[in-house]
Amino acid sequence: MHLKKNIATSESGFIFNPGTGDSYSANPIAAEIIGMLKEGTPVSSIKVHIMATYEVSASQLEKDWDDFSNQLKYANLLDN
Amino acid sequence: MLANNQLLTVAVTGLNAIDSPGPGVAVIRALREGFPDKVRIIGLSYETMEPGIYLHNIVDKTYQIPYPSAGTEALLKRLEYIQEKENLQLIIPNFDAELYNFMKMAPALRSMGIASFLPTQEQFSARDKINLYQFGLKYGLSVPKDQVIYHESELYASAENLGYPLVVKGKFYDAIIAHTLEQAQKAFYKLSAKWGFPIIVQQFISGTEINIAVLGDGKGNTISSIPMRKLYITDKGKAWAGITIEDETLIDLAKKFVAATHWKGGCELEIMRTADGTPYIMEINPRFPAWIYLTAAAGQNQPAALARMALGETIEPFTEYEVGKIFIRYAWDHITDVKEFQQISGFGEL
Repeated sequence: MHLKKNIATSESGFIFNPGTGDSYSANPIAAEIIGMLKEGTPVSSIKVHIMATYEVSASQLEKDWDDFSNQLKYANLLDN
Repeated sequence: MLANNQLLTVAVTGLNAIDSPGPGVAVIRALREGFPDKVRIIGLSYETMEPGIYLHNIVDKTYQIPYPSAGTEALLKRLEYIQEKENLQLIIPNFDAELYNFMKMAPALRSMGIASFLPTQEQFSARDKINLYQFGLKYGLSVPKDQVIYHESELYASAENLGYPLVVKGKFYDAIIAHTLEQAQKAFYKLSAKWGFPIIVQQFISGTEINIAVLGDGKGNTISSIPMRKLYITDKGKAWAGITIEDETLIDLAKKFVAATHWKGGCELEIMRTADGTPYIMEINPRFPAWIYLTAAAGQNQPAALARMALGETIEPFTEYEVGKIFIRYAWDHITDVKEFQQISGFGEL
């Protein structure tokens, strides 16, 4: 899963897609994940980091991850 | 060419900064920024309630001119009078309806010492909404299918061909989306009563509304193109806020249009980008749009570049602009005095 290269993000969770003009607000955890994706961190490493930092089960994380990645895809923020 | 410190005097139309604004005030703002302290603006108005007339920090002096329907002779006579007083070097007309007269008069204006930078009559006619579909076919541009009709009885066949919903469009302005034959008939009568014939029945395309402000040098080169995604749209379909976006397919589309037509001057491509990313050209407006100041704010001052080309300078195409620049239009109650209104109403000058 790779974010489009031209997507602009900020630490506060603001996301701007310069190709469409759309902008989004991400909550703190989403902003953290997007920041890591932007740095090129592999999905597996991000998941390990989330498991280590937050109180979440593996099955819940997988469910939430699917939901989150679908939102990114729907928002046209991912490379095909 | 403009010498250093020489004052440039430019006449500009389209001073009606109302809910569906003319481009004049935005063009002037860009010119003032492009020629700081070196430009004198002469406003050309049609009606006494055009706000630009009373904005003296925007327009130095305004003259009323005859409506386009009065023809070129009356307009030329009025411009001769204005030229005697103001020594204009350039005219930038900003209304579709007046462009034909200004294009026709261009040689006469030139002999009076007034430059212009306008499309040819052939270019102007080719992109007319009546000819848009054929125009798209000829140049390989994506445009919605349409049918030009003169009788209400032709609607049924058009609907069979295009499907519902469809868009019923007036000859000059206005468009109504129709989901049934009854709605299409109602739109047909409403628009034909307002704008005359023909009526254009167009395939409905859903997607994201994007406009591109384009400046061509008349030799096939695109000097500037700035795509803007509409962020807030009024009930008249006008952008009340918009943002510059980055999309090579839109820039390429603008370049293809200019290269194919050798467009001379400013224009606006109205685009509907579908979910699969196809940019359909919905309309081509043959002059700068009302949001043209955004091009200057984003780093490509199209009105200033047009002025320089009109005065004989060679301008290299812009290559960069700032993505994410937003314009938000607002209304402002400007206060003036009845003396000013009396002056423009009674004497046609202010």
